[in-house]
Amino acid sequence: MYADLSPLHEPRSFLTKYVWSQDHKVIAIQYSLTAIAVGVVGLILSDLMRLQLGFPGRFAFIDANHYYQFVTMHGMIMVIYLLTALFLGGFGNYLIPLMVGARDMVFPYMNMLSYWVYQVAVWVLMASFFVPGGPTGAGWTLYPPQAILPGTPGTEWGIVLMLISLAIFIVATTMGGLNYVTTVLQARAEGMTLMRMPLTVWGIFVATILALLAFPALLVSAIMMLLDRLLHTSFFMPSVVSMGMQLKHNGGSPLLFQHLFWFFGHPEVYIVALPAFGIVSDLISVHARKSIFGYRNMVWAILAIGGLSLVVWAHHMFVSGMNPYFGFFFATTTLIIAVPTAIKVYNWMLTLWRGNIHLTVPMLFAVGFVSTFVIGGLTGLFLGNVSVDIPLSNTYFVVAHFHMVMGVSPILVVFGGLYHWYPKITGRMLNDGLGKFHFWVTFLGTYAIYFPMHYLGILGMPRRYYAYDNYQFIPGSAQTLNADITVIAFLVGLAQFVFLFNLAWSLFKGKPSGANPWRAASLEWQTPDTPPIHGNWGATLPVVHRWPYAYSVPGAAQDFIPQNAPADPALDDPGDLGQAVEGAKI
Amino acid sequence: MKAAASFQAGGANFEPSDGHNSTAERAAKTGLWILIGVLTVLFTLLLLAYVIRMSDGDWRPVTMPWQLWMNTGVLILGSIVLQHTATLLRRPRPSRLRASFLLSGACGLGFVAGQLWAWQRLIALNHPVAANPANSFFYLLTGLHGVHVIAGLVVLAWGTALAWRYPGTRRAQLYVSLCARYWHFVLAVWLVLFSAMLWITPEIARNLCGAS
Repeated sequence: MYADLSPLHEPRSFLTKYVWSQDHKVIAIQYSLTAIAVGVVGLILSDLMRLQLGFPGRFAFIDANHYYQFVTMHGMIMVIYLLTALFLGGFGNYLIPLMVGARDMVFPYMNMLSYWVYQVAVWVLMASFFVPGGPTGAGWTLYPPQAILPGTPGTEWGIVLMLISLAIFIVATTMGGLNYVTTVLQARAEGMTLMRMPLTVWGIFVATILALLAFPALLVSAIMMLLDRLLHTSFFMPSVVSMGMQLKHNGGSPLLFQHLFWFFGHPEVYIVALPAFGIVSDLISVHARKSIFGYRNMVWAILAIGGLSLVVWAHHMFVSGMNPYFGFFFATTTLIIAVPTAIKVYNWMLTLWRGNIHLTVPMLFAVGFVSTFVIGGLTGLFLGNVSVDIPLSNTYFVVAHFHMVMGVSPILVVFGGLYHWYPKITGRMLNDGLGKFHFWVTFLGTYAIYFPMHYLGILGMPRRYYAYDNYQFIPGSAQTLNADITVIAFLVGLAQFVFLFNLAWSLFKGKPSGANPWRAASLEWQTPDTPPIHGNWGATLPVVHRWPYAYSVPGAAQDFIPQNAPADPALDDPGDLGQAVEGAKI
Repeated sequence: MKAAASFQAGGANFEPSDGHNSTAERAAKTGLWILIGVLTVLFTLLLLAYVIRMSDGDWRPVTMPWQLWMNTGVLILGSIVLQHTATLLRRPRPSRLRASFLLSGACGLGFVAGQLWAWQRLIALNHPVAANPANSFFYLLTGLHGVHVIAGLVVLAWGTALAWRYPGTRRAQLYVSLCARYWHFVLAVWLVLFSAMLWITPEIARNLCGAS
C-alpha cells in the first residue's frame, strides 16, 4: 500500500481488525482495557481490605486468610498487571509510533502476540481466585520461606499460579519491550532526532529498557521458587520444621530471593514512574502553552534515574540484617536519586511559571501528580536513610510512602493521559464536568487516605497486621482514623466508576473533538485522520523540523508550531534542537 | 518463545531500495541485539545466584556427565554449519543448501537429545534435582539453556521454510543469518555456563562472596 512500508498487514476481517489485530493502536486499546479491567479487581480488593481495617470483625467473610490474599493480589495486580501493562502496553503502544512518526511498531506480529500472552497471564492470575485454597497470601513480595510454607494462604495452588502468571507476563513484556525499544531506535520519521522526541517517548523508552533489564531477575526468582515449591529443591528454602515436620528443604537462602526480587522490584518503581514523568512533562507543557523548561536536563535526568535505579535495590532490605557498609552504599545511591528527580520537579515548576495555564482536566491531574509525587518522594528521603528506615520500616509510614509515590502519583498520570489523548483515540472529548468531579474526589480523597497513614506509622502502627483493635501500644484514636480512612477509600473507589462511565458515555455522546483540541505541537496530533487510521500517516510520512515544545513562539502566527510544519528560519532556532529560544517568556 | 517471535521482523519491506539497509532490516538486527542483551542479563543473574548459593556451605559438586563434552562439540559444529548456511544463501546459486540446513537442524536436535541423555545419566546415578543445590542448579541452568536452544530450533525451522519458499530473497538471507547470530549467542552462553559448572568451586564462591 505504501512504498515505504509494505505490506502493512491491512486488516481484512472483523477478527483481524479488532481481535487478532497487528495495529499498534488497537493493541494499545486492548492492553488498556484489559489493564483497567484487572485494575478494577485490584481496586475492589483494596476496599475489602479497608473494610477489615476500618471495621475489624464486622465483616465475617474477611477472615485473616482472605485479608492476606486481598493484600497480595491487590499489590501484584496494581503494580504489574495494571500500571506496568498500562504504561508500556497501553500508552507505549499507542503513542510511540504516533509520536515518532512511524506507521506501526517494527514487529507488528510480535506486538499482537505480546498482548495475547499478557491476557493469558491475567487469566492465570485470575484463575487463582477459583482454585482450592484460593490465591496466594504471601504479600506481593512473595518472600520465601513463608510464601510456600503451610500456614500461609494459597500455598497449594495460589502461589504456583502466581509464579506461572508472572513468568508468562514477563514473556509478554519482553516481546512488547523489544518492539518499543527497536521502534524508537529504528523507525523514527525523517528529522525526528532522539533529542526531538517528546519526553513521553523518552520516559517510556527508558522505562522499557529498565523492564528488559529488570524483569529477568523476577523470572529467575519465579522459576527457582517454583522449583522449590514443586520439586522440593532448596534454592531459597532453608531447612524448616513446619507443623512439627522436618521439611525436605535444606540450606537455601531466603536472602538470595530478596536480592533477586528487589533487583527487579526497585527498577519496577521507575518502570512505572518514568513514563509518568514523561507524560506529565508533555501535559504541563501543552496546557501551560509553554515549552518544557530544560528539555535536555529532563532527558538526562530520565537516563540518570534509570541508571541509578539499578543500583539501589537493597534499600528495600535494610531490615534484613545486612552489613552496615552495604547499607551505607545503598543509602547513598538512593539519596543521589533525589538529585535528578528534584531537577525534574523544578523543571515542571519552571515550565508552569508564568505559563498560560489552562486548568483543563489533564492539567489538573498533571499538577496533582507533582504534588503527590513531591510528598511521596520526600518521605522516600526519610526511608532512604538506614537509621530512619529501621524503626519505620514495618509501619504504616512505608505504606503511606509507596502509595503516594508509586500508587497515587502514577495513577493520576494515567488519568491525566487518558483525558488528554482520549480525543485522539476516539475523536470525542471526555465530559469535562465529570472529569473535574473525578479529579477532585480522587486527588483530595487519596490525600485524605494516605496522609494520615504517615501519622499512624510514626505512631507505631505496624503494617501487615490483620486487625489493630485491642493492642496496648496502638491508641484507640488510631482505630477511629482507620475507620475514617476506610470511608474515604470507598468514596474514592466509587468515583473511579464515574470515570469508567465517562469513558463509555463519551465514546458515543462526547463532544466531537476535531483533530487537535489541545492545540498541541507534537506529532501524534498532526495525523491526517482522527482517530488515526491504519498506517497512521496517509500517503507520506511526516517530516519533522523542530522539537515538540514550540509553544508561544514570539512572532509565530498561532501559539504553537507543529513539529512537522515547514521550517521557518525566522522562528526556528538554528541549534540542533530546532527549538525556539528555550523558556523565552521567563 | 521470545526468540521465535523476535525474528518476525514485521511485514515490512526487506528489499533495500537505494542500496542501504531497509528499516525492517535494521529493525530486525537491532531487535535481535536487544533480545541477546535481555538473555545475557537473564543468564548473568542465574550465574550470580549460582555463585551466591554455592557459597552457602551445603554444596556437593556434581561430576559433569561425559555427554556434556560431546554436546559442546555438537553445538560448536551447529554454529559453524549454520554460519556456512547463511553464507551459502547469499550466493546466486547455492549448492548443497538442503544438506546444510539439515545438518544445522540435526546439530540442534542432537544437542537437545544429548542434554536429555546427560540428565538421564545423572538421574540414573541417583542425582535427582532436589538432592543438593548443585544438582538443582545443574538442571536449572541446562534446562533454561535448552529451552533457548529449542526456541532457536523452532525459528530455524521457520527460516528453512522461508528459504525454500522465497529462495534468493533478502528476507530469507537476513532471516537465516540472524538465526546463525542467535546460535552463536546460545553457544557462547553454553560455554560460559559449562565453564562455570566445571571450574567454579565452593572455595572460589566463598572467596567471591566474602563468606568464611
